[in-house]
Amino acid sequence: MTFESAKPPVNPPPGRLPVWLLAVVPLVLFAAASAIFISLAPLERLAGDLPPIEDLTVTRTELREGTIILHLVNGGQDPVTIAQVLVDDAYWEFTMQPESHTMSRLQRGTIMIPYNWVDGEAHEIMFLSSTGVTFEHRIELAVATPEADGFHWIVFALVGLFVGVVPVGLGLMWFPLLRRLSADGLRFVLALTVGLLFFLLVDTVHEGLEIAEVVSEAFHAVPLVFLVTLLSLAALMVIGNRPGVRDKSTSEGRFWIATAIAIGIGFHNFGEGMAIGAATALGEVALGTFLVMGFALHNITEGIGIGAPMARDSPSVKRLVWLALLAGAPAIPGIWIGGFSFSPLLAVIFLSIGAGAILQVIFEVGRMLVPQPAAGTPLTRSGVLDWVNIGGVSAGVAIMYVTALLVA
Amino acid sequence: MKNLVDEFRSGRISRRSWLRAGAALGLIGATGSTALIKEAADSRQFNSSASDSGRHLHRGTMGTVGSVDHAANGFHPHDVLTDFDYGSVSRLPSGQRLREYSIVAEDKEIEVAPGVYFPAWTYSGRVPGPTIRCVEGDRIRITFVNAGSHPHTIHFHGIHSTSMDGVPGVGAGEIEPGASTVYEFNAAPFGCHLYHCHSMPLKRHVHKGLYGAFIIDPDPEKYSGDEQALARARNHEYPECQEINEMIMVMNAFDTNIDGENEIYAANTVAFGYMKDMIRIRESQRQRLYLVNITEFDDLNSFHLHANFFDYYDHGTTLTPTLKTIDTVMQCQGQRGILEFDFEGFEHGPYMFHAHQSEFAELGWMGFFDVTGDLA
Repeated sequence: MTFESAKPPVNPPPGRLPVWLLAVVPLVLFAAASAIFISLAPLERLAGDLPPIEDLTVTRTELREGTIILHLVNGGQDPVTIAQVLVDDAYWEFTMQPESHTMSRLQRGTIMIPYNWVDGEAHEIMFLSSTGVTFEHRIELAVATPEADGFHWIVFALVGLFVGVVPVGLGLMWFPLLRRLSADGLRFVLALTVGLLFFLLVDTVHEGLEIAEVVSEAFHAVPLVFLVTLLSLAALMVIGNRPGVRDKSTSEGRFWIATAIAIGIGFHNFGEGMAIGAATALGEVALGTFLVMGFALHNITEGIGIGAPMARDSPSVKRLVWLALLAGAPAIPGIWIGGFSFSPLLAVIFLSIGAGAILQVIFEVGRMLVPQPAAGTPLTRSGVLDWVNIGGVSAGVAIMYVTALLVA
Repeated sequence: MKNLVDEFRSGRISRRSWLRAGAALGLIGATGSTALIKEAADSRQFNSSASDSGRHLHRGTMGTVGSVDHAANGFHPHDVLTDFDYGSVSRLPSGQRLREYSIVAEDKEIEVAPGVYFPAWTYSGRVPGPTIRCVEGDRIRITFVNAGSHPHTIHFHGIHSTSMDGVPGVGAGEIEPGASTVYEFNAAPFGCHLYHCHSMPLKRHVHKGLYGAFIIDPDPEKYSGDEQALARARNHEYPECQEINEMIMVMNAFDTNIDGENEIYAANTVAFGYMKDMIRIRESQRQRLYLVNITEFDDLNSFHLHANFFDYYDHGTTLTPTLKTIDTVMQCQGQRGILEFDFEGFEHGPYMFHAHQSEFAELGWMGFFDVTGDLA
């Protein structure tokens, strides 16, 4: 198919209005329409004199010596005034920032309640707004919030080391083994990598959605999980397509895949670290030795996943260490942030970035499973869906599932 | 080791040296982390002992924050406590005494705890409504105007004809908004009673605030001997009664979020109303408390007096106590009675009273009698 001739350059359309004006006109008209709508207020006539719908979310709970501190955000359309606070069905004196006790839309507030909370027991906090609406917040298991002191920085860093860096590093130590595998053996390991990445993808999205539940509705955290996942996928695809790493048949191209896997796993471990830190701070899990070991075992396969795409190459040790750190080290700041100042919204965003990154590497590694067809011959379905690939993917999912039982 | 470092530098590494390096690093890591954990544990020990020295056993105070604007409410708990409405009194041609009252149902937002506003339905702008007081045998005529937004009635506990009972479908039935009716009957029997709206749904009409106390004093002329003396001490027209400090407490509660459970409990509406602002009573004076339970949603409410005991007249329909020397009494919904006690010879100071359901107490139904000398 050929074009008859090149089209003449397109003339600017007729009209003398400057471009900026054309851009602004709809906005100005929208403002005018809004002003009319607000002044007429037809909806208020519809709704009558209904009380405002109030929505209050506790973003963070701190338990200090003899004090309960709650950080709140008003996710509703209307201002909320907190008139009284109840602890375990009893009115209790408290102080609040802002001092007016009124939080406008999306405004944050802090409530301090001097209270002798009971270590290891549950407490029910209730806020009573001026309109008589109540908001409940349950402290499942009261434990002192970790102080940001030397002890906790160190312990959290150690936990991060054990659940992140150590297992990924140990997993990478299978790298010399990977290099000696046959073509089918390597393909099996790559398929296994896809399997475990699939598991991580589902796990990450699931965790993101779970945390999104506790985020104030105003932030639309559930759609955010999917949108950030897609944005992160797109961004990494663009990065993965840049010259130098575009061709995955070169060692640089394959190193990029390994790096991308490490980035994806890094984000996942960061989010997982936040979850571990927050759960510890909130007293939801006792961070036992076995739980940490479970996470470590669970993450050990991540090292294999990073190594597998480079099995035909000879990456330097420096690069392998770099990859292990990239994938594992984010668990450390993750636990710090989660433990010292957990933000569910931040956790949702990081987990979603991780999900997008994992999705991208599933594409990349998946492509390596496809046998390179000889020039001119079409790719057959049986070439991809053979027992080596399917067995590998299944084994990857199975390994992750079984090791996940340790941290359930 | 030099060999390994060289291999490190060259960027190439064999399987064997890789594993060797891993083992070495693992060992270093293990020793290092053991040392770190030990150090960290030591620092923790130090921290906890430091915070122990500054520990306070009691932190914080139970109660509400701020104060209620009683003027805006239009009634003060201390006024409600002693405010008896005797009506406008006249004589019928038969010689029977007539007491006329006027009660208006109106919607009104009231502050039931500091900063907590409840969209109440009230009798004459008050929760509880006016305390109607009369003497047995009086003719009672109540003009009821419904200025509220829903149909209401007044149902009196007492003896009367069914057409005056204030229930839907009987007599005047439910009084529509803007309409009015007259309830008329002879006051009987003497005692501590109550009135409330009987429109359906009953729960909603009661917990919104449509209730009040209705006290009928005994007529001493109907009794003789000891009974007459007891009746005189109960009838507000006689000096024996006027020497006694009489109080009225209606135990009520508010479901502010409309979930079928109360968020606020009180005597006479305002949570902790008599705790922040105690009831001053004189040591030598006899105390009489008309106690009515109109708490909705909960089966029972109760009154417990600290450091003292009282005599109790269930429904107030007897001249001698039905329960002697008790310090806690329970009442089901609509039950009421009279408590009599004094603090003669007691140490001066605050004496607590509250529901002995701890939950109700901590949700607002708690207060103090501040016992003072006679000169105070």
